[in-house]
Amino acid sequence: MPHFDAAYNLARWLTRSAEDADDMVQESYLRAFTFFDGFRGGDARWWLFSIVRNTCYTWLRKNGAQELMEFDEAQHSPASNALNPEDLQLRRADRETLREALEKLPAEFREVLVLREIEDLAYKEIAEVTGLPLGTVMSRLSRARRRLQELLAVPAGQES
Amino acid sequence: MSCKEIQGLMDPYIDRELDLVRSIELERHMHDCPSCARLHEDRAALRTAIGAGSLRYRAPDTLKKSVQAALVERDRQERAPGRWRWFRLPGPVIAATAAAALLIAIWWVRPVEGALQREVVEGHIRSLMANHLTDVPSTDQHTVKPWFAGKLDFSPTVKDLTAEGFTLVGGRLDYLDNHAVAAIVYQRRQHVINVFVWPTSEGDRGERAAVRQGYNVVWFVRSGMAYWLASDLNPAELRQLAGLLIR
Ligand SMILES: [Zn+2]
Repeated sequence: MPHFDAAYNLARWLTRSAEDADDMVQESYLRAFTFFDGFRGGDARWWLFSIVRNTCYTWLRKNGAQELMEFDEAQHSPASNALNPEDLQLRRADRETLREALEKLPAEFREVLVLREIEDLAYKEIAEVTGLPLGTVMSRLSRARRRLQELLAVPAGQES
Repeated sequence: MSCKEIQGLMDPYIDRELDLVRSIELERHMHDCPSCARLHEDRAALRTAIGAGSLRYRAPDTLKKSVQAALVERDRQERAPGRWRWFRLPGPVIAATAAAALLIAIWWVRPVEGALQREVVEGHIRSLMANHLTDVPSTDQHTVKPWFAGKLDFSPTVKDLTAEGFTLVGGRLDYLDNHAVAAIVYQRRQHVINVFVWPTSEGDRGERAAVRQGYNVVWFVRSGMAYWLASDLNPAELRQLAGLLIR
């Protein structure tokens, strides 16, 4: 199956549940199959990603995921600006710590991080998958990393 | 640039999405500013941690199997005329290969076509930019066609379509899809159209169209020849030309 692991990975991160990821992937592939005529060329991976993403978002909304942003971005950014990088130390994050931290982020942040860091997509490609303007991709990724860093950071001196 | 501006550019910088000029500016700033240098270090460390963290989930085999089965089932239920006609195979083979068809469709056919679309558009742009539109500028099909003989191991059809509003501008050798191809150049109003032609082992296939980098691309296969048209001309007129070429 083409791009199956990548599709699964995205769904798994967006739903945060193995069981739900299964459903999302199955539904996405059936949609891809059904709407294949809607595919207008280009790289099939982005197209498939966008289907997985839309399927997951529909599911997230239906399941009342309050974590979905529309999330007050203004409210969250200045606070984190107050953090001086000097005072922070990135904990030597093991895999589980990272996974937990990433799962705590809102879906929109997880999404851009997964696409960028795990799937290694360029900004332009992320924009294509998510339908977001390039500038939004950039700022969202930046905020996502800052949040992740805050979650992983411990004040200097407190590190064991 | 201020520290705040620098911090705003940090992510595009570590993602290698920042232009050279600003990258240099940022590096200079970091050289003198420990606080921004520290931020860079942290972000880079974060990237490394995520990269090394093997955070990728692998799809379970059972899921692969059940999705495949679901696709086969869906194909059986939904075989509407027209759908998947590229992949039409005799009888029960179809259902059994539905999943394989999806694999071919998504994995192979489309990326190949996608890559070709890009090549064709790049060829088109190159011809316009390099001011090298034609090797043999001529509005006379009886000049253009023989010119290709001896330069290519096939003989492209060159048509005079002046009456239909497509002026022949000339011919050119180009290189696409790993072989030498004929580029026949037409013009309609101010729009230049490159028609790339080369032999293929594929069977006849109807027109398909795409937009790539703002250019329209139309392609089809007829009588052992692949035709790819690229232009900033609107899709309707480009398709019209496609139809005229094989009339
Ligand atoms: Zn600074």
